Amino acid sequence: MNSGSNLINALFIFVLAGFIGFEVIRRVSPLLHTPLMSLTNALDAIAVVGAIVLVGEHKSTLSTVFGFIAVVAATSNIVGGFLITDRMLKMFKSSRPAAEPAAKPVAK
Amino acid sequence: MSGQLIVTTGEIGAIQILIELLYLVASVLFILSLKWMSSPTTARHGIWAGEIGMVLAIGGTLLNHGMSYHLIAIALVLGALIGIPLGEVAMTAVPQRTALSHAFGALCVTLVGSAEYYLRTPAELPPFLMSVLSLEVILGGLTVTGSLMAAGKLQEILPQRPLTYKGQNLVNFLLLAGALAIAVSLVLHPDSRSLFPFMILIALTFGVLLIIPIGGADMPTVISLLNGYAGLSAAAMGFVLNSKLLIIAGALDGSSGLILSIIMSKAMNRSFTNVLFGAFGQVQAAAAAGEEARPVRSATPEEAAAILSAANRVIVVPGYGMAVAQAQHKVRELYDALSKRGVEVRFAIHPVAGRMPGHMNVLLAEADIPYDRLIEMDEINGDFPQTDVALVIGANDVTNPAARSDASSPIYGMPILDVDKAHTVMVIKRSMNPGFAGIDNPLYYLDNTLMLFGDAKAFVGSIVRELSGGHG
Repeated sequence: MNSGSNLINALFIFVLAGFIGFEVIRRVSPLLHTPLMSLTNALDAIAVVGAIVLVGEHKSTLSTVFGFIAVVAATSNIVGGFLITDRMLKMFKSSRPAAEPAAKPVAK
Repeated sequence: MSGQLIVTTGEIGAIQILIELLYLVASVLFILSLKWMSSPTTARHGIWAGEIGMVLAIGGTLLNHGMSYHLIAIALVLGALIGIPLGEVAMTAVPQRTALSHAFGALCVTLVGSAEYYLRTPAELPPFLMSVLSLEVILGGLTVTGSLMAAGKLQEILPQRPLTYKGQNLVNFLLLAGALAIAVSLVLHPDSRSLFPFMILIALTFGVLLIIPIGGADMPTVISLLNGYAGLSAAAMGFVLNSKLLIIAGALDGSSGLILSIIMSKAMNRSFTNVLFGAFGQVQAAAAAGEEARPVRSATPEEAAAILSAANRVIVVPGYGMAVAQAQHKVRELYDALSKRGVEVRFAIHPVAGRMPGHMNVLLAEADIPYDRLIEMDEINGDFPQTDVALVIGANDVTNPAARSDASSPIYGMPILDVDKAHTVMVIKRSMNPGFAGIDNPLYYLDNTLMLFGDAKAFVGSIVRELSGGHG
């Protein structure tokens, strides 16, 4: 396997993805920084794919046990992360469409 | 090669291409998911995108040739069962839940990295691969224990005050150097298997010692930093497994953690290198007690209600103390009562208000306060001079004018909310005891400041009763 070109490809992807991440996340409203963190946490748990392969291939007892714990840990992040992000985002409501609690300063 | 997500055997090439395409779609969905977080109106699409991407990626992985599924299924179910209660925690507990999930994510990465190391022959561990693998497990290991420590402090199982001892930085430096030395020798001799556990052990110890000296007030920065570490370790895992999807997800998470760390460190007036090396928590009780009691003016709920209802513009400055007192729902009632009288009420949110980035917004949104009333510090600071009343609830250091004027103050230079410029300042506080960081707040002695002594929830409740009772 051609590990040299793989490495270069991987570095390209890492650097470019880092740039995209930086530009995208810079635009995230500070209102949503907490849900942002729980969302990236859930997305980061995509590491579960590596763990799934370890468990599925069952190459050694150690790798299977480690892989099993890793799948449990990552899956709990995926499920818990999406759940709580959704719960938080549901709570963010604007004052404009529904109630109209004096959005403009009223002279008294 | 063991554990590779890419199998090069010809006959299953079509399935491999399908899997890689699914990973590509998942990567795009992950990026869109974060992009849609830019505004509360689109943010929930972001969750859908992320969920679909996740399902595609996991589904694609299960298509891999020669997998045995029953153990995977058990692990997935078990993980989901643990994840559901973690998704149901109270909003005040979100910071510790987040820290815990950083620990879980890093645990996954560290375990997979370790398993990969032991599965591979020395010939399958060329220097570069061994370097990233070492980076993966060192970053992963320190994030596991560091995040557990942070979660323990936030949950108040562990003492919140910084634990410091002599030579702390030297010990930490030596540990890190030790871990790196082992990593280097493993890169040169990948077959010295007995060294590997020591590298992990040192990383785990380092994580504990890194967080011990950090006080509760610095937690927003710490959580962001650990978030970044978790992301970088996942990206390193992507290099080891040659998984583009993982590299992308790790890079996204890493940059998110990095950006939030920068924002938090700016809001605390700490340099970025200071944050990178984890050397925070240095703000100690510099202003000692034992100074003469200066006079303060205090007011009753009736007086406070009268002043508030006579105002045109009110800015509420909430701090973590508000959440501790569970006062946010009473604050919402106050918001309603004042809005009904035509008073413009807005909320000024300091970036480090709460225990993690954006925490205060979530707590107020939970109390049904519309998000367009929650205004960032930079946006609202110019409005304080035209504000009739600034009502501070459970916030202290972020309103301390000494940060602007007193070069000897430990928080000098920290950006604050210019509450003192409002016509009248009202501060709800239990007593005159100095706050968390032990720093005296000159705001309380100003001529335009009224102290409202009492429990935040009870006091706001009495103001609301006054407002709804006496029409006037």
